Amino acid sequence: MLKPSPKAPKFTVTRNACKLCTPLGAALVFKGIRGAVPLLHGSQGCSTYIRRYLISHYREPIDIACSNFSEQTAIFGGGANLKIALDNIRRQYDPEMIGVATTCLSETIGDDVPMFIREYRESCAGEDLPPVVHVATPSYQGTHMQGFHAALQAVVDQLAQGAAEAGPHVNLFPGMVSPADLRHLREICADFDLPVVLLPDYADTLDGPLWTEYQRIPEGGTSVTAIRSSGSARASLELGDVLARAKETAAGLLWKRFEVPCHRMGLPVGIDATDRMFAALAEISGRPTPENHLRERGRLIDSYADGHKYVMDARAVVFGEEDLVVGLAGFLGEIGVVPVVCASGGRSGHLAACIAERFPDHSQKGIQVLSDADFVTIETAARDAQPDFLIGNSKGYSMARRLDKPLIRVGFPVHDRVGGARLLHLGYRGSQQLFDRIANTLMAARQTASPVGYTYI
Amino acid sequence: MTETARSQTAPIEGPDPEKVKAELLAKYPPKVARKRAKQIIVNRLEPGDKVPEINANVRTVPGLMSQRGCCYAGCKGVVLGPTRDIVNITHGPIGCGFYSWLTRRNQTDPDTTPDGHNFMTYCFSTDMQEKEIIFGGEKKLRQAIQEAYDNFKPKAIAVFATCPVGLIGDDIHSVCREMKAALGINVFGFSCEGYKGVSQSAGHHIANNQIFKHVVGLDDTIGAGEFRVNLLGEYNIGGDAFEIERIFEKCGITTVATFSGNSSIDAFANSHTADLNLIMCHRSINYVAEMMEKKFGVPWIKINFIGAEATAKSLRKIAAYFDDPALTERVEAVIAEELPAVQAARDDIRPRTAGKRAMLFVGGSRAHHYQELFRELGMRTLSAGYEFAHRDDYEGRKVLPGVKVDADSRNIEELDVCQDPDRYRPRKTPEELAALSAKGLEFKDYQGMMPEMPEGSMVIDDISQFETDLMIEKYRPDIFCAGIKEKYMIQKHGIPMKQLHSYDYGGPYAGFKGAVNFYREIDRMVNSRVWGYLKAPWQTNPELAATYAWE
Ligand code: SF4
Ligand code: SF4
Repeated sequence: MLKPSPKAPKFTVTRNACKLCTPLGAALVFKGIRGAVPLLHGSQGCSTYIRRYLISHYREPIDIACSNFSEQTAIFGGGANLKIALDNIRRQYDPEMIGVATTCLSETIGDDVPMFIREYRESCAGEDLPPVVHVATPSYQGTHMQGFHAALQAVVDQLAQGAAEAGPHVNLFPGMVSPADLRHLREICADFDLPVVLLPDYADTLDGPLWTEYQRIPEGGTSVTAIRSSGSARASLELGDVLARAKETAAGLLWKRFEVPCHRMGLPVGIDATDRMFAALAEISGRPTPENHLRERGRLIDSYADGHKYVMDARAVVFGEEDLVVGLAGFLGEIGVVPVVCASGGRSGHLAACIAERFPDHSQKGIQVLSDADFVTIETAARDAQPDFLIGNSKGYSMARRLDKPLIRVGFPVHDRVGGARLLHLGYRGSQQLFDRIANTLMAARQTASPVGYTYI
Repeated sequence: MTETARSQTAPIEGPDPEKVKAELLAKYPPKVARKRAKQIIVNRLEPGDKVPEINANVRTVPGLMSQRGCCYAGCKGVVLGPTRDIVNITHGPIGCGFYSWLTRRNQTDPDTTPDGHNFMTYCFSTDMQEKEIIFGGEKKLRQAIQEAYDNFKPKAIAVFATCPVGLIGDDIHSVCREMKAALGINVFGFSCEGYKGVSQSAGHHIANNQIFKHVVGLDDTIGAGEFRVNLLGEYNIGGDAFEIERIFEKCGITTVATFSGNSSIDAFANSHTADLNLIMCHRSINYVAEMMEKKFGVPWIKINFIGAEATAKSLRKIAAYFDDPALTERVEAVIAEELPAVQAARDDIRPRTAGKRAMLFVGGSRAHHYQELFRELGMRTLSAGYEFAHRDDYEGRKVLPGVKVDADSRNIEELDVCQDPDRYRPRKTPEELAALSAKGLEFKDYQGMMPEMPEGSMVIDDISQFETDLMIEKYRPDIFCAGIKEKYMIQKHGIPMKQLHSYDYGGPYAGFKGAVNFYREIDRMVNSRVWGYLKAPWQTNPELAATYAWE
């Protein structure tokens, strides 16, 4: 099996982390639910930092409340603060759901949040209370991806209901993908004539038009009613190879509790992986892959044929969330690029196995996998690996700058370019965009490096 | 107050502010409404710069979406973040350190210190895991300090505590002392757990204290320069400090240390040798000035380099203080040389900006300072407020004796500073100081924001997202200044938004060149065609047109 490179020195201190903290992922999930307000249980700083981080990427308003611990609260517990916060959020926002995620602080002091919520409910007897979903997200136990998936599980766990008969709809758990990806997935399901419960769906809440009418909570998102119905879907689709190896997931829970059949597969990046998703959708819907997508697939292959000489045998450093890294690595392999370094700050323990599965010949190819890695470690490996380009989030920019290699920005966060929310990664269409960006980056690099100013390459 | 300033404080037209205030409070439960009512004030100007009392520096009500950050953010992110040659280690789980990793646009110039150290692009965190939360993280911290030292051989290492650290009881200070002895470099810690105080302001105070305790006064060398000053509370966002330094150099004024834009620990260590402290952001740094005066005898004055007129005025204040004919002459020459370009830009732009209305909700001094620039453009401030300021920043330092210290602030250490037996050196005799005061140079004074704001304007402390929304709806200002968290919400309303924390990748806005940059920027923004495309031609819903006047 693939092992982290022995050359990477082991450090105690994390220098320039390649991961974010847990409640950020949870907040993102809550933003994908219609009329939901995320509430972080802890001090002011966490929610402010997380808002700022998300906002700088999506360039949209993102409200995240907090229960605002003081020194006293930190000592005596945050029950009273949480209840006041819930009250104020209800009055100001009239939300359809409140999602409470904990922070390191409330977890360290051991606040019993479910009990606080129960007490709050009791104190509001007779009032029309929106559902309050709670998820435990201590950052000292994981990264933003753990927070993301934990929140999904919590939402499904606390809201999903079964029904005597399965409905016509399918649940789709896409993972932490971009609003553009979410829109594309919605479109694909619509083309299969499949009603979909997409969770989360922040395509509109985090990438919406300017308002012509005032909105307290941006419109869009999957409704609580739809989430309730996830227990009676005809199937669930859960994307992400690393996620598929997790012990517990939202789709797994729906299978265990309501016997909703569960299809797991990697992120649909590249022909192979996208084919798998379309096959699953075809099976679930009983319809063939719609013509427009077949044509998109055809065009993608056509472009592979036309462009392969530009990308063949190029070397890439891939970094970011584990599932995205696996998806991208698979796609790169498909177009003949060698992902010489595959790195993530996540530490599910499954990254190496997932990459090995995509690349049985990984050792001949010299592919290095770095789990639980920070940017200093990644940069050291990248320097040795002599890549032609880097592909990952914008936090890799300083590394790319020092290595003097182009960085193709994907995933989250993209703080130094506009349009992070509009980056498409998934499906034949997303793969097409990635392919064009990669080929053009390599062509541009060659053009720039050439002593002659060729205009015809 | 200047004549222009006075004319700008004339009452503003628009909705009845008292009614607006009532609407802002309407959705809150009674207790919250009572609290907010004291933080939402309709400005009234009475003789002697008397203004109504505002409640500030009080805890945000849980569930109200505030602009505020935490104590750690103020300490590590704001004050120490811009110091390039200290390795900053965040002791805590990964998020806190990660989010404060180079997210402010402080610029720095490592070439100005001989070793060229610059660690600002690095983010060190102990990345605490469950094990450390349960069994304590001191061991990991010790290792982290050692590694940082092995890696970079810095002159100093600073450690910042985040919320969980305070609770599990790690003693960062003893670890720092131990490592300081072991490594032979300056290692010091900040107990700036996020839950302390009510906002980043507590963190500024803690940062000031520790810098004063561990760094200021370590180097007594008196450097070159006849007129030596420190610039306090200038963080070099977008290169502001570079522009101020440029002007100083032209005038022959030497900056010993800037706290803390473009700063180095060596300069802090030597800062007590300066002869005058200039305070830019009163909120974040007045503590250092106060302590330096007590211990070393360096007087301080409030200055403001935001706005061309304010810059000229501040330069004249400095000249008046040093009371040297050659300096005064140079300062006047520089002003005379720089102002025509500013004036030309203003004459060109003002017809397009005059009469427009601004709102500013930001920081602890910028909401005040930037009103100057808007005034120069003929614009009026409808409403303003700070994110983390105290009463004295609103009403002026005259209210200080009456300010109540609540439980949240009581826990922030007040250093007991006394005269240094050897190094205390009064820069002026009491008579000289009195004479300068008589000529209008106020020492240790800051008038605050409210006396310079229009009658009937609304002053809102710690404005919430919800209130921001309502304010925009009620007034539809021509421009709104705040930070990144508010930016996109404001733009969704179709209102141009200027970030005054990070300057939206622009700047500098300080000094003379900065003023011109700002005029141009505001001209572009309030006259942008983007907002005109908001509605498609076929969207002729008369109801909407009535609510919003799309221009
Ligand atoms: S305390 Fe935890 S939740 Fe808060 S910012 Fe830090 S890592 Fe994230
Ligand atoms: S945990 Fe505390 S120190 Fe860290 S960001 Fe949150 S409030 Fe600030």
